[in-house]
Amino acid sequence: MTEAVLEVRDLHTRFGRAVVHAGVGFSVRRGEVFALVGASGCGKTTLLREMILLQAPASGSIRIFGQEATGLSDEGALGLRRRWGVMFERGALFSALTVTENVAMVLEEHTALSVQLRAEVAAVKIALTGLPPDAGQKYPSELSGGMRKRAALARALALDPELLFLDEPTAGLDPLSAGGIDELVRQLRDALGLTIMMVTHDLDLLWRTADRVAVLGDGNILGIGTMPELAKSEHPLVHEYFYGPRGRAAREQAWNRR
Amino acid sequence: MIAYQGAEQLQRFGANLYIADLVGLSMVRELSPLITAIIVAGRSGSAYTAQIGTMKVTEEIDALRTIGVGPLDLLVLPKVAALAIALPLLTVYTDMMGMLGGMIMARAQLQVSFTTFLNRLQEAVSLTSYLIGIGKAPVFAVIIALVGCYQGFGVTGSAESVGRQTTVSVVQSIFLVILSDAFFSIAFSWLNL
Repeated sequence: MTEAVLEVRDLHTRFGRAVVHAGVGFSVRRGEVFALVGASGCGKTTLLREMILLQAPASGSIRIFGQEATGLSDEGALGLRRRWGVMFERGALFSALTVTENVAMVLEEHTALSVQLRAEVAAVKIALTGLPPDAGQKYPSELSGGMRKRAALARALALDPELLFLDEPTAGLDPLSAGGIDELVRQLRDALGLTIMMVTHDLDLLWRTADRVAVLGDGNILGIGTMPELAKSEHPLVHEYFYGPRGRAAREQAWNRR
Repeated sequence: MIAYQGAEQLQRFGANLYIADLVGLSMVRELSPLITAIIVAGRSGSAYTAQIGTMKVTEEIDALRTIGVGPLDLLVLPKVAALAIALPLLTVYTDMMGMLGGMIMARAQLQVSFTTFLNRLQEAVSLTSYLIGIGKAPVFAVIIALVGCYQGFGVTGSAESVGRQTTVSVVQSIFLVILSDAFFSIAFSWLNL
């Protein structure tokens, strides 16, 4: 068994009196595409925000690269933050900067590269995500949804992270762009050996890219395993998730392709 | 406006010349820092809240933190510094415009010539009064900028929240500016300035 890059143990989160997570635990191995799924409002995004240290859980442990990540200050988290990239659901590109500047800004903050070199690195990252070269000069508002996600991915990849967090990588995209993102996620894992942790509802994306999937519901992990394993799960909520009308269509499509 | 209102009163006492004292002192010491601060609170304070609030909604603030840039360093400090420089300058501008307006009204209504007005002004408005007026401006600026940014960070979730926080920001900063102006008046009268 390969080492765990990310390990969540006995995590509890509460908002006021509402319990969001009650003892969530799982671990993500190096080089795998791990997906977190679950109905809206079950705390997927909250869990992701806790993993990237934007929010503190009530109790429990999150270990990333073998280091305890809970309770770190912003300064203390810097070392960890340099080693991962985050792509937010809506991209969260800085709207006052062009795509190239968005990527270069991260480099400026963390490396001693010259301006010239930063621009070149940024161009490489932008090309890596499949954006045309002229996209670098554009502002985020001039890009389509799919291109914006790719640009956000380019920024997440700026520091050559070992671990990539993706929040809803295909949400709000047309099927064609979403298909492109599926492909991209797979390529990144294969080409760069990245470990990818993603939160998604997109069943097609799950069937095509995820190595293992954890289903979150009722404040806990209801099931964890590969997609075919989960599809056989007896748990009613998991079953419903994968055997609802949309789940069935996505599964059939996935089987047909094999 | 002060010149226009004051003119009639002064005329009654035959104290036409004191129009310069009236306009000069009231503008320089009190009104122009206050009016400028209120206009800037409406214009820049609200813009600060809206900008930071929008960044909060689009997760840009979160993105900054994950990149390891402190939102305070990048978004708040430059704004506070910029406004602390800009507001005193704008106050000087308002002072000048107020004097000009006063001069024109004085000549039109009270037949006080420009030269007489200016000579009188030099006697009426001491350097201390002038500096007190300008000196309040950076304090007002810090209040406006901090309230604007603070309310911006208070935005949660939606675009609707941005609008609400912007309104709160303007109301709150104007209120605090007036309040601090009152404290200034009390403090200055203690110090006999």
